Amino acid sequence: MRLAEIKETESALLVKLLCEIDHHTAKSIREEVDKRLEDVKPRELILDFSGVPFMDSSGLGLIIGRAGKAEAQGAFVTVEGLSESQRKLIRMSGIERLGTVIIK
Amino acid sequence: MRSIINEMKLRLPAISVNEGVARSAISAFVAELDPTVEELGDIRLAVSEAVTNAIVHAYRDLPRGEVGNVYISVRLYDTREVSVEISDNGCGIENVEEAMRPAFTTGEGTERSGMGFLVMESFTDTLSVKSKLGRGTTVLMRKYLKSLPEGEE
Ligand SMILES: Nc1ncnc2c1ncn2[C@@H]1O[C@H](COP(=O)(O)OP(=O)(O)O)[C@@H](O)[C@H]1O
Ligand SMILES: [Mg+2]
Repeated sequence: MRLAEIKETESALLVKLLCEIDHHTAKSIREEVDKRLEDVKPRELILDFSGVPFMDSSGLGLIIGRAGKAEAQGAFVTVEGLSESQRKLIRMSGIERLGTVIIK
Repeated sequence: MRSIINEMKLRLPAISVNEGVARSAISAFVAELDPTVEELGDIRLAVSEAVTNAIVHAYRDLPRGEVGNVYISVRLYDTREVSVEISDNGCGIENVEEAMRPAFTTGEGTERSGMGFLVMESFTDTLSVKSKLGRGTTVLMRKYLKSLPEGEE
């Protein structure tokens, strides 16, 4: 199963997530993304959720964790392609108030 | 008086692949009541949180190689109520009130958000958590599905 498609653009590392995100899948996604993040050292990490049919609070942990990693490298995180229910989850979590994650 | 129209009991080993298995099983089972996409999504989400907690937290003190169980019991009522009980025989929770506070987590680092109980609470109609140290935890959630449009009963 393909978990994510990762592409480098001029200024960003673009991660299109392609699976249900729970604690089970989050572990492999995290490892894959963090490795590329360290290799590429982009200015921006874009997490595209448009290919994610389901996510639970493990997805929130995934975003918060990547935001921390990115910040330590002087990068910021943009989250895009959210469904209505994913947006509701994110609003509940207060991620927007962290200041290091841009929710599109 | 409401009466039960169907009932399902599952026992799954507490391994992470069963988070998705639990979601699929409950989706198939609840389909009989014709829930809306949103209602089904809410139930899948709440179940995912409770089952994940049993898998991640309940058996964290077990010796390597030993695997605990997660028990899932679902009931459908003629009143269109869905009740889901998820339990484990794990370590239990010392202070349930504290554990249920948003952002509280005993998980390491930032990978667990501490939002699981808040999600269960927000996406179902009632939530109750009972836990005994060293004995285990039981989470009971109820969801009341909207009635079907006239003529589709
Ligand atoms: N079944 C369980 N057994 C033992 N501890 C649990 C269980 N469920 C939840 N907990 C405790 O409650 C805390 C909060 O749970 P939750 O809100 O789902 O956040 P998270 O799973 O992200 O830590 C957990 O960190 C854990 O300490
Ligand atoms: Mg949890």
